[in-house]
Amino acid sequence: MSIVIKGARILGGEPADILIEDGAVAAVGQDLTGDETVDARGLIALPGLVDLHTHLREPGREDAETVESGTRAAALGGYTAVHAMANTSPVADTAGVVEQVWRLGQEAGRCDVQPVGAVTEGLAGERLAELGAMADSAARVRVFSDDGKCVSDAVLMRRALEYVKAFDGVVAQHAQEPRLTAGAQMNEGAVSGRLGLTGWPAVAEEAIIARDCLLAAHVGSRLHVCHVSTAGSVEIIRWAKSKGWDVTAEVTPHHLLLTDDLVEDSPVGSYNPIYKVNPPLRTRADVEALREALADGTIDVVATDHAPHPVEDKETEWDAAAMGMIGLETALSVVQEAMVETGLLDWAGVAERMSYAPARIGRLAGHGHPIAAGSPANITLYDASVRAEVDPGSYASKSRNTPYEGRTLPGRVVATFLRGRPTVLDGKLA
Amino acid sequence: MKRHLISAADLSRDDALLILDTADELARISDRSIKKLPTLRGRTVVNLFFEDSTRTRISFEAAAKRLSADVINFSAKGSSVSKGESLKDTALTLEAMGADAVVIRHGASGAPHRLAGWVRGSVVNAGDGTHEHPTQALLDAFTMRRRLGSLEGRRVTVVGDILHSRVARSNVLLLSTLGAEVTLVAPPTLLPVSVGSWPCEVSYDLDSVLPKSDVVMMLRVQRERMNAAFFPTEREYSRRYGLDRERFARLKEDAVVMHPGPMNRGMEIAAEVADSPRSTIVEQVANGVTTRMAVLYLLLGGADLGGEDQ
Repeated sequence: MSIVIKGARILGGEPADILIEDGAVAAVGQDLTGDETVDARGLIALPGLVDLHTHLREPGREDAETVESGTRAAALGGYTAVHAMANTSPVADTAGVVEQVWRLGQEAGRCDVQPVGAVTEGLAGERLAELGAMADSAARVRVFSDDGKCVSDAVLMRRALEYVKAFDGVVAQHAQEPRLTAGAQMNEGAVSGRLGLTGWPAVAEEAIIARDCLLAAHVGSRLHVCHVSTAGSVEIIRWAKSKGWDVTAEVTPHHLLLTDDLVEDSPVGSYNPIYKVNPPLRTRADVEALREALADGTIDVVATDHAPHPVEDKETEWDAAAMGMIGLETALSVVQEAMVETGLLDWAGVAERMSYAPARIGRLAGHGHPIAAGSPANITLYDASVRAEVDPGSYASKSRNTPYEGRTLPGRVVATFLRGRPTVLDGKLA
Repeated sequence: MKRHLISAADLSRDDALLILDTADELARISDRSIKKLPTLRGRTVVNLFFEDSTRTRISFEAAAKRLSADVINFSAKGSSVSKGESLKDTALTLEAMGADAVVIRHGASGAPHRLAGWVRGSVVNAGDGTHEHPTQALLDAFTMRRRLGSLEGRRVTVVGDILHSRVARSNVLLLSTLGAEVTLVAPPTLLPVSVGSWPCEVSYDLDSVLPKSDVVMMLRVQRERMNAAFFPTEREYSRRYGLDRERFARLKEDAVVMHPGPMNRGMEIAAEVADSPRSTIVEQVANGVTTRMAVLYLLLGGADLGGEDQ
């Protein structure tokens, strides 16, 4: 059976037809025909999006998200592959757990789930987990991260960076110096000072990134920096790249759009933990620096850090609330608003940062290919011309902790194809 | 006035003066042998205390009772809260009981803001984490006014752990609203990094500020700060930032010394200074009741205060 996508603007270019056969792109051109037709006139075609940083919460917190619900959300957001972070319960620090998550993804079938392995046993930062066993497992783990916790011990970080070279792995560091952030609640600055919330200084992130870049250079390893949030971090990564070191970095959609003053004053009140996230929302100057860095390639990737939490973990006083925001279903819209509508990125640039680069860093051979004959048919059709108010009630995610409720965002994912099979059509799960 | 009193920033200059003038009027009534007024009869005030603070709780309790309100004291210890009940469920419980005002003391900054989203009654912040304590600032301003007259142009120096002090935050906001010039004095480790954006001056040198101060307010310094390396030793803190007899002697003749309590005598303030006639520390406690009466009265829109002879 073949499908032809009619009149799609590939990476925002001139309208063309895309013929899909046997899970792959068979041809791109004009006046193509197939067994089934999808009308894509006016829509932008992007390579299926790849998320390097997703929390699917299974096993352990199935009340917040499951692989099933999280991959539904991913498909609706235009994703064809997500990396599932290791901070589950039990932690994904053994071949058994990563294979379980990988298998659940296969069964769900809407979006490829690539498990991330923990760097240290139980995320405790004390002993290396069996990284090789996870790499050799059916899940073929290549990205290792203690995300949520920082591998703060310099020796352990050095060993991890070195060790994963044996199987072309990469350590994705959550950069947060623990002593400088003991009890930290929000970005340390004018707002935290006024609100009396314990500050989370930018230097706590920047100091670890600087150290890790130097370590990676010293041992000749790859380093990936998770969710960069400060202007200073951008400067350090720019410097490391200028040296030719193998350092990559990601930024979340929310750090491209939101600032710490929302904690003081927002449409949903003061001290609303919907804005509590790790790393914290920073200042307008940081947002500007992150956008510029994403545009000039200093930051390689947009990664969602989709972090579902049940209502009761957010309807609390600020200090008691969980950190994190959901993001799979709004990522592309936020990137359109922050990067495309500001003229900083074109759609080819979006494809690089939300599909090609994350697939490269994660070593996902089946994802992140241009829409061209011979590529796997992982395709996202996107309508950039609409705007709508964010309605969390409509989300497939089990959780509702979006910071965009009540906001109007541009764009809508109309269809997603995973190896030629539609997972989303007309904006709904297929 | 707004429906809640959560931050001193909620108060305009007119609001603040109205509260202080009302407190003046109530203070005259408090001097009479029968102190009770009928104005809040039938209204319910809940004291919701998640932190132990007997001083503040009994001050609010006395204030509400003198206005004839029904008072319910809800302390977190030994209650459903200690069994894991959330702030929201506690709020819904109070709402169901028909609380007209909830006075909340909580260890988390911003807890009163959250509470205000879940109850219909007025929320009065009786101290939230390291954020604010607006009624303390009001009673401090009331005390200063009684000693010094108008606060316009008066120089108020606040000394101590500004970083963790809800009293300092509320005082800076309220005093600047009332036209006073505030100077904060502390070791740099105990000031927020962003203090330069506050409506006040900042100094690390107490001795240079004291001679021009009309008011010196000493804040409690918690000993555990020393363990977190905010300062080296108690002795060094006391030497550099304590109000001892020598420093006290260099104050202007009519300057007053304040402390929100509880004090560490011998640490931030010498015993002789605390007990001197220029210290307002005991007065502050008495003024706390009348100021809180004024706040409850105005927020709950009580009936007429009544004539002098009622």
